[in-house]
Amino acid sequence: MSALLEFSAVSHAYGARRVIDSMSFSLQDGEIGCLLGGSGCGKTTVLRCIAGFETLGEGEIRLSGRVLADAAMAVPAHQREIGMVFQDYALFPHLTVEDNIGFGLSALARSERKSRVAAMLALVGLVSYAKNYPHELSGGQQQRVALARALATRPRLLLLDEPFSNLDVDLRERLSREVRDILKHEGVSAILVTHDQHEAFAVADKVGVMQGGALLQWATPYQLYHEPVSRYVANFIGQGVLVPGKVSGPRCLTLEVGEFCGLLPLGFAGGDTVDVLLRPDDVVHDDASEQTAVVVDKVFRGADFHYTLALPSGQHVLAQVGSHHNHAIGESIGIRLELDHLIAFKRE
Amino acid sequence: MPKLPALSGLTRWRVLLLLLSLLTLLPLAVIIPAVFSPDPAIWSHLVDYLLPQLFLNSAYLMLGVGCGVLLIGVSLAWLVAVYDFPGRRFFNWALMLPLAMPAYVMGFSQLGLFDYTGPLQSWLRASWGDSSWVPSIRSTPGVILVLTLAFYPYVYLLARNAFATQGRRALEVGQSLGLSRVQGFWRVALPMARPWIMGGLMLALMETLADFGTVSIFNYDAFTSAIYKAWFSFFSLDTAKQLASMLVLIVFVLVVLEQRARGRRAYTQSGRAAPLHRLPLQGGAAALAVLFASLVLLLAFVLPFGQIVWWSYQSLEAELNGDLLSYSLHSVVLSALAALLVCAVALLLSYAQRRAPSRVNQMLARLATMGYAVPGTVLAVGIFVPVAWLDNVLLGLFSSVLPQGTTAILKGSLLVLLLAYLARFLAVGHTSVDAAMHRITRSQEEAARNLGWFGWRLVTRLHLPLLRGGLMTALLMVFVDVMKEMPITLMTRPFGWDTLAVRIFTLTTEGEWERAALPAVAIVLAGLLPVILLSKEEN
Amino acid sequence: MLMMGAVLASLSTWSLAEELVVYGARGEQLVKPLFDAYQKETGVNIRYVMDKEGPLMERLKAEGSNSPADILLTVDAGNLWQASQMGLLKPYASKTIDANVPAHLRDPKKEWTGLSIRARTIFYNTQKVKPGQLSSYEDLADPKWKGKLCLRTSKKVYNQSLVAMMLAENGKVATEKTIKGWVNNLATDVFPDDTKMLEAIAAGQCDVGIANTYYYGRLMEKSPNLPLGIFWANQKARGTHVNISGAGLTRYTKKEQAATRLLEWLSSDKAQNMFADVNMEFPVNPKVKPDAKVAAWGPFKQNVINVSNAGSRQTEAVMLMDRAGYR
Repeated sequence: MSALLEFSAVSHAYGARRVIDSMSFSLQDGEIGCLLGGSGCGKTTVLRCIAGFETLGEGEIRLSGRVLADAAMAVPAHQREIGMVFQDYALFPHLTVEDNIGFGLSALARSERKSRVAAMLALVGLVSYAKNYPHELSGGQQQRVALARALATRPRLLLLDEPFSNLDVDLRERLSREVRDILKHEGVSAILVTHDQHEAFAVADKVGVMQGGALLQWATPYQLYHEPVSRYVANFIGQGVLVPGKVSGPRCLTLEVGEFCGLLPLGFAGGDTVDVLLRPDDVVHDDASEQTAVVVDKVFRGADFHYTLALPSGQHVLAQVGSHHNHAIGESIGIRLELDHLIAFKRE
Repeated sequence: MPKLPALSGLTRWRVLLLLLSLLTLLPLAVIIPAVFSPDPAIWSHLVDYLLPQLFLNSAYLMLGVGCGVLLIGVSLAWLVAVYDFPGRRFFNWALMLPLAMPAYVMGFSQLGLFDYTGPLQSWLRASWGDSSWVPSIRSTPGVILVLTLAFYPYVYLLARNAFATQGRRALEVGQSLGLSRVQGFWRVALPMARPWIMGGLMLALMETLADFGTVSIFNYDAFTSAIYKAWFSFFSLDTAKQLASMLVLIVFVLVVLEQRARGRRAYTQSGRAAPLHRLPLQGGAAALAVLFASLVLLLAFVLPFGQIVWWSYQSLEAELNGDLLSYSLHSVVLSALAALLVCAVALLLSYAQRRAPSRVNQMLARLATMGYAVPGTVLAVGIFVPVAWLDNVLLGLFSSVLPQGTTAILKGSLLVLLLAYLARFLAVGHTSVDAAMHRITRSQEEAARNLGWFGWRLVTRLHLPLLRGGLMTALLMVFVDVMKEMPITLMTRPFGWDTLAVRIFTLTTEGEWERAALPAVAIVLAGLLPVILLSKEEN
Repeated sequence: MLMMGAVLASLSTWSLAEELVVYGARGEQLVKPLFDAYQKETGVNIRYVMDKEGPLMERLKAEGSNSPADILLTVDAGNLWQASQMGLLKPYASKTIDANVPAHLRDPKKEWTGLSIRARTIFYNTQKVKPGQLSSYEDLADPKWKGKLCLRTSKKVYNQSLVAMMLAENGKVATEKTIKGWVNNLATDVFPDDTKMLEAIAAGQCDVGIANTYYYGRLMEKSPNLPLGIFWANQKARGTHVNISGAGLTRYTKKEQAATRLLEWLSSDKAQNMFADVNMEFPVNPKVKPDAKVAAWGPFKQNVINVSNAGSRQTEAVMLMDRAGYR
């Protein structure tokens, strides 16, 4: 299967400020990708480069093998067949919902346009709002109109710029699943940009973590979580704590709480001091365990507790524990580590 | 406009709206009742010999000037807002300049330049012996051209403002949906700029309809010709008032139709307005852009201004004296005060409409701005009559306490003059301010209210900063319009407050156009002041 | 603030002892030197409020008995007649004025008087027309002038007055025939002002036209070499049409005596030259010689029909011109 989108060694600068620094990734046909990063990391600029709103300094962008843009040329934005959903939706305030959705369909015959708009309205569940104006809709409804408008033209690739950031948390989660279902249903490839990891994981097949204009890692959510390639990614994705350890073998590490061996070689020399990533789900509460830790803090999350525990050395770790195990702060509880994925970074 | 939830202070706004409207409606209240006492002899003459042709002429004029100002104003606004070409920054402000030149002055100097006896045709005759093939400027297309050149800045200014505040987001959406920049202009930018463009168009059309000075220079028989003929030739001011009422009715219908057509549509931008990234024009396209802008500027400003500068050079001795300084000072002070007053009231009016957006209130606000559609001299009477009446009542009431020989209390006071300008120019201020008000979203307002801002604080911290562009435009337009205003200043000015426009009147009334050139130059120069300030503000 | 200022400003006016207020439509630059001279001579200060006649009359009407105005000054007889019709004027009681101003140049009811004469006559291109070919206004309607006549717009009161006088003398039928003839003879659309029309005659766009003499004087002073000649119209008939710039006392003047004295002075030998010469007009006072430049145009016979006819027949005249298609 060949790549739909190839983003190769692209750099972009606003004046002297370099916003994207020789960045590469590719997206397969039918895949939903996501660029994840804090504000100012350059993720929106990547999107705008793909859409054709920004010109490239270096590198190349290809769609289905055809060059969309490089340092010398750029296919105009309107000829790229790439749809976009804007963060602020950017609905046309002077057009009704159906006119907004049908906006990009002027090339179609009247009846065709009508049926396409109707199909889109049905797809996003807004049939009864066809004649309303955008300012008469709720935020979530506006968002769906924006999505329908972008999908109506059957773009080869859909770009979504922070599409859920203006919605409340509840709606955000529901809608992000809904959007994924719609995209998959329509078989549309898409790239989403967000700063919210849950959103990224909920929607995307591939997620890229960006920092300072560079793509640190481009992988499936599972890989990102369990095999982060850098300290930054490890910290940025999910929760966890880095605890000191020593390399005791090609695949083994010794921590305060014992020695652990993984399935893969670690790539460190014996005796190196390293930091080891402990996710909350790596730390298992086990009354039978001799290893204990003191409860320092706890957060009840409904289905489970998040405990902050102090090891005898004073090192804090996080533990995710079932909601039946309610322990008081100060109490000493038994724990056990279940480390399938050993993630360690060399001590700096 | 988005409907705001009912507020406890709603009636307060309604009352304010009513009061403001009444103030500016007073002159109309003097003019309109005349419709109940028509003079049959004069009317049958008008209907038999004048009105059909005059209606047609005015319709041509409106159609021609309407299309002309849209074409020139919108295309230039789009050009300087979206593209980059050599001299763009210069054209950006220079294209406003014709606004500073009174239309009658422009008309007279265009006539001087292009008529049979003007330098162009004289030169043609001297070189080739014949100039009869040159189309006469004293014709329908000639008048349309001159009025278009005089009034296109209204559309240009407002449309530019709209395109600039629209930001690039809307165009990007268009592009992402497969529209080129040119298609984006027609399908996105233009419809979204509609309140601005229509506002500018209405101003230009109202000025065209109410214009008498310019059309009479070309002896073009427009509807106003009938008004003045009825008054000055048939000595029937009542007939003039009846005709003026028809004019108001026509404009009002136009305004209401446009309002209807807009319906429930909103024009607020849903997101941040990222500044437009200007597309550089190269080669032939850049040359065409420069050529077009230069041509408009040349015809609308450089040539007529050059002509009056040349005339004023010839009459320098007679006109350059201390009086000119005092006329200029009066003009600037009056224009500045009037601009502030008009814009303050326009702001209040627009805000009140927003807070109490019922159909009746919309109508009231529309009516309040109708003074712009009435020929100046007729409106001047409409203003003077109630003031004089009030004075007579007051003088009668307080005759015992007032010194003997007192003949005026309000008459001839600065206050009345400023209120008169308000009645005349509220439309100009309101158009720009109200269009900008449409860009403030409901959520912005709600967010601010949520933060505990209300009343004056809300206005100063939210509305004023967001309306800044619109307000500045309004101030500029009212300022230069008051500078040019003649009949109301003549009738209601305090004694000794002769302005540049009054000076032009006293000279041209005896046909001394050349001598009137110097005060006209001074008007243009004073009008430059705010134009430059506005462009500084933008940068 | 503004309100208080306004009140103070208007209250301060009463204290000036000798002051007259003149509402006028005559260019301020033309009357200012006269008023300055009058103040020097008598100490009476004159405030001049300038506007068009129509608005000035509406102003007087609205102000009623509280009008500050003492005198209304216009540049034509028609508007003075109208002011009198509207009851805005008051008859003067002065033998001096009657002595200074010939009867046909003042109101029979003595509500106003002329102060200078504005003669409206025929001008021609000296390279194309011999004076012998010219005779009267009516003659310009003859088909021999087809395509050779220039006229100013009928909207100007000067033409309205001229036609009103013709109506008074020749009657409706003859006058309408004349006007239709004029319209048929037009070389080009009518002009917005006399100067433009005179320039067109000089430039050869047409051969003859009708204008006020002072426009001719002004133009020739600026460019003395123009091929433009003046011809005194209707000398073999009743004489050249004259109008006046004149004035009357306002109905509610509180300074009747002082105002009458000013009118007397304006019609006197002393002031007449100043009044007329500044604009190259003719004095109304027959004892006063016109300016040398004006006198050089030669003597002419005035039509002595009373100028008030200009007002009483103005509406009729304008309607006639409308019917004849004279724009």
